Amino acid sequence: MSQIKPDARHVTSATDSAVSVRNVSKVYGDVQALKDLTLDFPRGELTSLLGPSGCGKTTLLKIIAGLLPATSGEVLINGKAVSGPGPDRSFVFQDFALMPWASVIRNVAFGLELRGVAKSEREAVAEKYIAAVGLAGFEQKFPHQLSGGMRQRVGLARALSVNAEVLLLDEPFSAVDEQTRRKFQEDMLELVQKEKKTFIFVTHSIEEAVYVSDQIAILLPRPSRVSEIIRPSSFRDKGVDNIRRDPEYLDIVDGIWASLRSYVE
Amino acid sequence: MTLFGYKLPALSSLLLWAMVWELVGQLQLTFFVPPFSEVMTTLVSLLPTPAFLQALSVTAAAFGTGVFFAIVIGIPVGILMGKSRILDELLLPWVNIFLSAPLTALVPVLMVLFGFGARTVIITTSLFAIWIIILNARAGVRQINRSLVEMARSFGASPLDAFFKVYFWAALPEILGGVRIGVIRAVKGVIIGQLLISIVGFGALFELYSSKFLMAEFWAVLIVLFGLAFALSEFLAYLEGKVSYYASSRG
Repeated sequence: MSQIKPDARHVTSATDSAVSVRNVSKVYGDVQALKDLTLDFPRGELTSLLGPSGCGKTTLLKIIAGLLPATSGEVLINGKAVSGPGPDRSFVFQDFALMPWASVIRNVAFGLELRGVAKSEREAVAEKYIAAVGLAGFEQKFPHQLSGGMRQRVGLARALSVNAEVLLLDEPFSAVDEQTRRKFQEDMLELVQKEKKTFIFVTHSIEEAVYVSDQIAILLPRPSRVSEIIRPSSFRDKGVDNIRRDPEYLDIVDGIWASLRSYVE
Repeated sequence: MTLFGYKLPALSSLLLWAMVWELVGQLQLTFFVPPFSEVMTTLVSLLPTPAFLQALSVTAAAFGTGVFFAIVIGIPVGILMGKSRILDELLLPWVNIFLSAPLTALVPVLMVLFGFGARTVIITTSLFAIWIIILNARAGVRQINRSLVEMARSFGASPLDAFFKVYFWAALPEILGGVRIGVIRAVKGVIIGQLLISIVGFGALFELYSSKFLMAEFWAVLIVLFGLAFALSEFLAYLEGKVSYYASSRG
């Protein structure tokens, strides 16, 4: 298990980072949601933001997405500061955020529709990603005809179809049942390998974070900060079936719980 | 409703009330209530007369125009109020005042301003319908799921795209509910406008029949109007039902 202490976290050089968060603070009224937070997200890897509720992980994700302005500090995507949402990032929402009046294919193609891509072209792309998330045959269905897990697959396909470099996932599996969740996590690993994108993944599940991540950033509240960055090293290539009983996996899960335990009310 | 194990068709209770009406009419208790059968015969003979058809077309034109303006102005104003704090604070008190105000009292003022013709009737109709349409569109927009708004932003929707492709549709169930109530109020508006002006459309007919005590004609026209208003409202409720499936699944 390789743990990088906070003061050593600039070891990864800036060129390797798809996303860099530099000294970001966020204040809501008199509540300090984030304080002087600095964090790098290596290109092509999945980084989890993990922490107890109220640690500002979703706030950080929305700042990276450009949906919330930072009070101070900056977010760099490939070295360029972001000032709002952009085509280089796409977002997967906790509550799916599908348009209930639109079919699956229109939902998935919506990002491209907003960019003015011609209908036949965007539907071809959408069809490809609908199939990629395992929903082939459901193109003409409507969200209310799908289960929660299938709806989130639509949300995932929509985020993939705009071909953004960075995928931001806000607790994407928290609203689906446990078994669907496990399947999702396995699919995520495959997706990260295949898509060569940078994934930023917010979760409050320790097991989920350790299972899917190349890098785990532990965020602690009051004041919100990055307390630890963990990079699991050995179990990623052992296959989806063996990860959960790998000694390193279990050690990391236990270690994280030991450091988070005191923050859980 | 079921009776002796048979399922009765909708509105069959009206038959019972028609029978009560017939009975009261046959008893000749008051000249005011002629028998139902007489009213219906009058109705059938009245429908093809030029006077009735002219009243109907004048009224339909005023009603349609009035409702059109109420919808075309009301929905965007309501959506904008739901999205803009400043606009909301500026307009909401007025919308609420006009929603509950006795608009009938305004009609004489409108007559002075816009004359004794179709224009005043159209404006009265719009005034009756528009406020509830605005309020409902506003309520519909305000309850749009926040992540749907963020979704539109994060995928790069322009304000115009967000308005026409997301906000409008997300608020559609409430908007249609507002339009349905607005249209029902517009029926009142068009008739009240015509009655007060009393020289156009059904207003003129009512004026004629009641001043000459032609009660069968009076009731016949009234039944036609009630029927039209009811059919209109049912049609809009049907449309509303078509989109209600997603009102519950928004999220």
